[in-house]
Amino acid sequence: MRTNLMVSVTVALLASTSFAAANTLHWARAGDSLTLDPHAQNEGPTHALAQQIYEPLVLRDMTGAYEGALATDWGPSPDDPNVWIFNLREGVTFHDGADFTSEDVVFSITRAQSEDSDMKELLNSIVEVRADGDYTVEFVTDGPNPILPANLTNLFMMDRGWAEANDSVDVQDIEGGEVTFASLNTNGTGPYILVSREPDVRTVLTLNEDYWGIDMFPLDVTEIIYTPIQNAATRVAALLSGEVDFIQDVPVQDLDRVASTDGLEVITAPQNRVIFFGMNQGAADLEADDVDGANPLADLRVRQAMNLAINRDAIQQIVMRDQSEPAGMIAPPFVNGWTAELDAAVSTDIAAANALMEEAGYGDGFSIRLDCPNDRYINDEAICQAAVGMMAQIGIDVNLAARPKAQHFPLITNDETDFYMLGWGVPTYDSEYIFNFLVHTRTENRGSWNGTGYTNEDIDAMIVSLSSETDLDVRNATIASIWEEVQAETLYLPVHHQVLNWGMADHVETIVDPEDQPRFKYFVLN
Amino acid sequence: MIYSILKRAVQSVFVLLLVGLVAFSMFRFVGDPVDNLLGQERTEADIERVRQELGLNDPFVVQYWDFLSNAARGDMGVSFRQGRPAMEVILERVPATLELALVSATFAMTLGILLGIYTAIHRKSWISNAILAISLIGVSLPTFLIGIFLIYIFAVELGWLPSFGRGDVVDFGWWSTGLLTWTGLKSLILPAFTLGLYQLTLIMRLVRSEMSEVLKQDYIRFARARGLSERAINFRHAVKNTLIPVVTVAGLQIGSIIAFAIITETVFQWPGIGLLFINSIQFVDIPIMASYLMLISVMFVVINFAVDLLYLAIDPRLRDGKGA
Repeated sequence: MRTNLMVSVTVALLASTSFAAANTLHWARAGDSLTLDPHAQNEGPTHALAQQIYEPLVLRDMTGAYEGALATDWGPSPDDPNVWIFNLREGVTFHDGADFTSEDVVFSITRAQSEDSDMKELLNSIVEVRADGDYTVEFVTDGPNPILPANLTNLFMMDRGWAEANDSVDVQDIEGGEVTFASLNTNGTGPYILVSREPDVRTVLTLNEDYWGIDMFPLDVTEIIYTPIQNAATRVAALLSGEVDFIQDVPVQDLDRVASTDGLEVITAPQNRVIFFGMNQGAADLEADDVDGANPLADLRVRQAMNLAINRDAIQQIVMRDQSEPAGMIAPPFVNGWTAELDAAVSTDIAAANALMEEAGYGDGFSIRLDCPNDRYINDEAICQAAVGMMAQIGIDVNLAARPKAQHFPLITNDETDFYMLGWGVPTYDSEYIFNFLVHTRTENRGSWNGTGYTNEDIDAMIVSLSSETDLDVRNATIASIWEEVQAETLYLPVHHQVLNWGMADHVETIVDPEDQPRFKYFVLN
Repeated sequence: MIYSILKRAVQSVFVLLLVGLVAFSMFRFVGDPVDNLLGQERTEADIERVRQELGLNDPFVVQYWDFLSNAARGDMGVSFRQGRPAMEVILERVPATLELALVSATFAMTLGILLGIYTAIHRKSWISNAILAISLIGVSLPTFLIGIFLIYIFAVELGWLPSFGRGDVVDFGWWSTGLLTWTGLKSLILPAFTLGLYQLTLIMRLVRSEMSEVLKQDYIRFARARGLSERAINFRHAVKNTLIPVVTVAGLQIGSIIAFAIITETVFQWPGIGLLFINSIQFVDIPIMASYLMLISVMFVVINFAVDLLYLAIDPRLRDGKGA
């Protein structure tokens, strides 16, 4: 015991005094991965860690474009519109040396479709996955699914033999408090191998020397040390002091401080997330307003007036310190269906807005409660405070209720708010995802985040048709007409697209991933 | 005597139950854990299934009762966030917090007593006045500001000490310690100072006023008249009598150092139970919050119980309900 202790102390002393190898990247962000089981949680930091260890069939590179990972090519079957064919990369091995073959794909997809999986909603349309030889897999869907690959970019492949040998065939049941071998250990095909992990404290990864893409990607980073640092000021301090080389989520007020420090830089890019306000137009009367027996938000002119009253440039310059892009629609620019014309932000016009209010019979204004999160989006509460002042200019007396996200979001899903802030990211990069959750009438399977009470049978039918329309031109035309209706209705008040900030030491070279998922195999170290 | 002890024990249990009840009635205001557990793509059916599974549809009294009856069997539930037994998650974090608390308590006690004695003996010297003036900073500045300030000076500008984390640790069974590694020790300095500064000021001021009182007592005057050296008077007679109330206060302060390490731990990303508690609030991780609050209240109840017993032992007037 004693000698053991001495040895570990000596080792620790040596480790702390010798400088870290030049190719070690110290990475910090606010949160930690929740589990190592790649199908148990559908959540940003969890996927960000899994991305380094595991791989999907198809991924989006850091520009958002598709790239083959474990599949080399893919496409709909020429014989059957309900089938997608994926050809797998040959010669890929898992970290334990096992070969990656089609049976692993069948196993992984089936696993991700099981009850306890958090990824199952993305795979709703898949009826069957079958292997056709060792290196071809066919996905059978319940109807033509033109955007199937988009649902697979965070769907990680596990080794069937490893999962079976380690009693991890079933997905970890987090709600049931289960801990499985696969939630504590990993065996992926990815560029980095897990060395050690203490949840919320420190995770160490090392380069996979047998990686299939060893000659295809920079892979300059040979060791990753990941330490979550929750407090933003401390995270920035750790970057300034050189203890970490790369941080996500730099607070906007510290951007200049970091950028002006020698040896550090900040890079930014539009994020796949748009921030907007929703208004309950469906209710006959509102709970949290002072108008009896009528719903002012049901009047299109009131919604238009509110849209005209928001000064997006002021929010961009003052609240966001230029770290946002004013928005005209509730789709981020990467998404299929987005157009520059629709996204052109409405310019502020208080006189026109007041005229509309007058016309609608609310010349004296009304009062209403605005529900806002205070720990979810960048400067969320400050944006809402700015909106309060802007609404006052057209006589709407807004009463701001800012709450933590755990209290805010249930208000929207339970229909308990009339005027609220929401942000939306689109993992599939397709408008259908937005329509399904935010525009479709609230039903069992769709419209779960539509707190506006908006309902339109024609639009609903058009939204449903998107999931099986294989003629892309027809599909895109439908998307365009749905957007036209959404814009004409002023269903939401778009505010801006968030901008992502990554801070790093000068020797680290990368671009910002629009989904905030660093993929270290693309990082270059100078 | 035994009756008094029993009475105190029953009161302690009652306090504990009450803390739990209040905690559980508050949890509903923290938010809905289901939102964090399931992604934005979840359906109504998923929500209902998980709510049912976690017993969130029950009234809070029922939830509290379930918690108590499970806790009585040693089962504190399972963390919603990490999917592991709550007690296991908390125990894993306890060493970090206890180590930080003990180091900062030792630091606060030692320096507090020394400075207190110095300022009491040299009441008029400019050094005493400077120490007292500076100590005002300790009581008046909020902890997070002091922490950030120290990080800025010692980590960012001077680069001497780490700004976050615990450094390398050595494991002894389930206990992990950072006291045996160089990085571990360096990492302790800033958080321990930040956490202990308030207690240091408090103890210093307490010692100073107690000692000033003692120095005015007759027996000190007699000692001086007997021609004892100043050194003997101050350290053999005065300090001894000063320390009795100081020890009582310091004992209780250790409890609050552990309980209020939350802010220091958040600022320094110190992987203790305070940081865990903050994470749990944001995630609405009810089993962790409940276990943490119970643990802290058990700690306070035990400390208070021990102090009560000490009083009973020391002061005969409190025994058998007389004068209580």
